[in-house]
Amino acid sequence: MAINWFKYSAPTTFYGLAGKLIPWFALSAAILFVVGLYIGFAVAPADAQQGEFYRIIFIHVPSSILSMFLYLIMAGYAALGLIFNTRLSAMMATAIAPTGALFAFISLWTGALWGKPMWGAWWVWDARLTSELILLFLYLGFIALHASIDDPRRADRASALLAIVGSVNVPIIYFSVKWWNTLHQGSTIKFTGTSMHVAMQQAMFTMLVACWLYAIAVVLARVRSIILERERNTVWISELSEVRS
Amino acid sequence: MLDLLVLVIRRDLVLAMRRRADVLTTLIFFVMVVSLFPLGVGPEMGMLRKMAPGVLWVAALLSSMLSLGRLFSTDYLDGTLEQMMLVPQSLSMLVLGKMAAHWMVSGLPLVLMAPVLGLQFDMQAQALGVLILGLLLGTPVLSMIGAIGAALTLGLRGGGVLLSLLVLPLCIPVLIFGTGAVEAVSTGLSVTSHLSLLGAMLVFALVSTPWVTAQALRISME
Repeated sequence: MAINWFKYSAPTTFYGLAGKLIPWFALSAAILFVVGLYIGFAVAPADAQQGEFYRIIFIHVPSSILSMFLYLIMAGYAALGLIFNTRLSAMMATAIAPTGALFAFISLWTGALWGKPMWGAWWVWDARLTSELILLFLYLGFIALHASIDDPRRADRASALLAIVGSVNVPIIYFSVKWWNTLHQGSTIKFTGTSMHVAMQQAMFTMLVACWLYAIAVVLARVRSIILERERNTVWISELSEVRS
Repeated sequence: MLDLLVLVIRRDLVLAMRRRADVLTTLIFFVMVVSLFPLGVGPEMGMLRKMAPGVLWVAALLSSMLSLGRLFSTDYLDGTLEQMMLVPQSLSMLVLGKMAAHWMVSGLPLVLMAPVLGLQFDMQAQALGVLILGLLLGTPVLSMIGAIGAALTLGLRGGGVLLSLLVLPLCIPVLIFGTGAVEAVSTGLSVTSHLSLLGAMLVFALVSTPWVTAQALRISME
């Protein structure tokens, strides 16, 4: 039997699939958030140097990781849409942008909350903080460009090009800012092993997975709305049970 | 190909010379922004000397944003751009010509003006030299990155503000290495690494941005 790999690349079929997947992702995200926060706050011990303050990393680190990955994924979808002219890819890119911006903002915000007791300042012009701020600007630029073009096709293609240019620029920005100034502590999780307590690791990874699942659920929900909005004049939308009722 | 480049540059320069006021406004804006800083932060020479490279670079960045709107919009409005895109020659080359002309009109005057303003900030001769060198390498990159934004926002309402929003974050590396070079020379370190990186960015931008801008123009014009 031949498998049609591209079955779900059409908005028509993807709309239904996304609708079925959302509850699963949302539910598992909720459960993992509860588990992760429980381990993070109740099980994991206080840090030797940072005391209780370090616990903010359970939300700070996953949201930073997600804000960066989501930008790359967004740029990837944007590139797919630009190259193969698939409608759904551009919609996915548009749907990812607000979630990515949200995570970038949470990352900055929690970073500021952590910085005040640890560094004694809400904000320092450190390499990672600055590049995260620039990442937020890039997200906002993408959203703003998409919002200010009325023709959806041009909006998709123009913002896709911007996302690709941005993703080429992200490493350049990152290294330029890194050489400019560095105060932020280095990564605790490295590929060669980690110095963290096991419970801290468990909490962090649970929260990371929870954030991923949350992001997927929200993006799918948003892409469903975008599909409905863009294809509102088509027959298959008018035949949907939730639209008819 | 080279004929086309020369032709476009000459055409844009002639057009710019016919409307000298536009060129002068950018330059005056640059001078004015730089002159406002001592008024804002106080006339203490030690501090001014320290912040001079940053002020000059940020002002150069802002004034190059100011003139970017005109890069394609006048040609777009009178239909010339549409004709240009129908030309059988490479659109990237044409775009490169427009970028070069834009830099000569809005970037080069700033570079030439910078020593005078640097003296107002009591910069040393050596630091001033590095600043000029950095500006010479960096301002073309600003024009080229800016052209992408100008092409993407072509004909949009509120294009000017949007353009800055899109382009400014992408220009940060240029700013960092441009000011970093001056900082390095005033603390007695080697400037070659900063200037080499600026040069690398210039080469990379020279290769990639004309093509990207051409794609952006195609998207905006279809």
